[in-house]
Amino acid sequence: MITLGNVSKRYGKTWAARNLSFTVEEGELCCLIGPSGCGKSTTLKMINRMIEPSSGTITVAGTDVQDVPAERLRRSMGYVIQSIGLFPHMTVLDNIRVVPRLLHWDDTRSKKRARELLELLELAPDTFGGKYPVELSGGQAQRVGVARALAADPQILLMDEPFGALDPISRENLQNQFLAIQKELHKTIVFVTHDIDEAVRLGSKVALLKEGSLVQYAAPEQLLSSPANAFVKKFVGLDRALKRLSRLLAVDFLHPANSVERRVAPELLEAEFRRLEGSDCARYLWVTDEHKRLVGWLDGNIKTGSKVNMFEDLVEIDLADMSVRPDSSLKQALAMFVQQSVVCLPVVDDERRLQGEIRLADVLES
Amino acid sequence: MTEMRSRLPRIVMLATALAAFVLLASWKGVWEWLFSSLYPNQVNYLYPRVGLWILTWQHGLLVSVSSGLSILVGMGLGVLVTRSFGRDFLPAVNSLVSIGQTFPPVAVLALAVPSVGFGAKPAIIALFLYGLLPILRNTVSGLQTVAPAVREAAMGMGMTELQALWRVELPLASKVIMAGIKTSVVINIGTATIGATIGAGGLGAPIITGLASDNTVFILQGSLLAALFAVIADAALDIVEYRFGLEKQ
Repeated sequence: MITLGNVSKRYGKTWAARNLSFTVEEGELCCLIGPSGCGKSTTLKMINRMIEPSSGTITVAGTDVQDVPAERLRRSMGYVIQSIGLFPHMTVLDNIRVVPRLLHWDDTRSKKRARELLELLELAPDTFGGKYPVELSGGQAQRVGVARALAADPQILLMDEPFGALDPISRENLQNQFLAIQKELHKTIVFVTHDIDEAVRLGSKVALLKEGSLVQYAAPEQLLSSPANAFVKKFVGLDRALKRLSRLLAVDFLHPANSVERRVAPELLEAEFRRLEGSDCARYLWVTDEHKRLVGWLDGNIKTGSKVNMFEDLVEIDLADMSVRPDSSLKQALAMFVQQSVVCLPVVDDERRLQGEIRLADVLES
Repeated sequence: MTEMRSRLPRIVMLATALAAFVLLASWKGVWEWLFSSLYPNQVNYLYPRVGLWILTWQHGLLVSVSSGLSILVGMGLGVLVTRSFGRDFLPAVNSLVSIGQTFPPVAVLALAVPSVGFGAKPAIIALFLYGLLPILRNTVSGLQTVAPAVREAAMGMGMTELQALWRVELPLASKVIMAGIKTSVVINIGTATIGATIGAGGLGAPIITGLASDNTVFILQGSLLAALFAVIADAALDIVEYRFGLEKQ
């Protein structure tokens, strides 16, 4: 969708971008990251010609951006900046309608679209539509900023540290919301950030820049598991193994779980334990109710010598403390493994139904 | 509610000033009634040569033409020197216009008369130069207060330079620009009285005549009406500003 070919930008003797070549595929969220002054913002701004490259070509959907008038090019791309830049003299609705109006949409259509977008970003249109930017909190203002960028339904979004100025809680909320929106809309996004956690969390590709040059361009998993050189290794940090886990989902490491129903006959229970012996999670026999909902577990280690009694030995489980969701990250799972000192965790869905189990050994090997 | 409250004093002010002006300009007896006890020796209580309404009309013409030019040129220059291509000229234009204001209008009159002759023209040139600075200065500072992020957003959305100026920068700077225009116009109304010295007429005429013939009532006639004129213009501009919602931000 977006291809940079040998793009360079020089300011006097310094290179803000040096022979950059990479392609962002359609529907991909590419994070440009690097230390400050590495040229990530410059690179972003060359895509919509806010900055003109000194040499090289940038093509968008096969067309050289130099062949399109800058204004028309920009109207076809959403643009979000860290300082948000909402127009203080316009209401929230009018701010969102800026690009549709530049494109001569009729009023009813642009108003309808602006309201839809406010809803998408979880801002009630009736409450927020008529407000002025000064009346918004930072998080709300940046939501409006994102809505404004999406207004004319562009295929491409350019985002320059959009969540950089927000407090950690609003930032995480907005990141989650943004990921959910992207899952639905499949825009091609170039996203500048200096926060490696954000890049790993959001990006489907990460381009790491240093002094204007591209150091590594890879999927975040790859960046973390096989950093190209010492600089990358240092940049992603010593906890890169942990960061990697934040991108891996429990559902991909699911094992079938050994479980019995609560009202199982005692002799069948014995047989179940015997069958389990020797396997990785031999100690844990998950217990469910008649609807396959997880209620607790039985400890395989106490069975020798004594008879297991379902009612005396059942360890009830608080799902918040000892279970993961299929879409939980392995990082979250690892925290739970450590906290509970267990080697196996049950995976349950939204209705508490047991889906399987994940094992500490898999997390460590991943 | 708050809108009504903040707007009312302005309307009252405008109405009062207007009423006083009409009274003083149309009812000839009022001057005699007001000043016969103060200055019993005066023969004439009313400037005899031209009617006050005609003087007011002349004055208004001087002010509106010169202020109109000041607004046009001042805002135009202000916009030009804040564009990327004109930024280099900012200091030069600034000092040029400052000279325009420090140069006394009387001297401008004296210099202009030989080249354009007597009458309204030299007065308009002098007033135009004198009124330029507040408008230019406020246009520049108003446009400079527009946050860079807002400009970046405007360009990034795909506005042309002209659209960004018209839809974003000027509306945001409008309050400061309007303040400059008000200052300029009010000063202009006072200064326009010197136009009478070179035959441009206006409310300065009774003042000059009064000075020459030692008639204080004439002087008061011209200056009172000019002062009221200024108050009316200020209040009217206030209301214009309000009507266009420039105070909203």
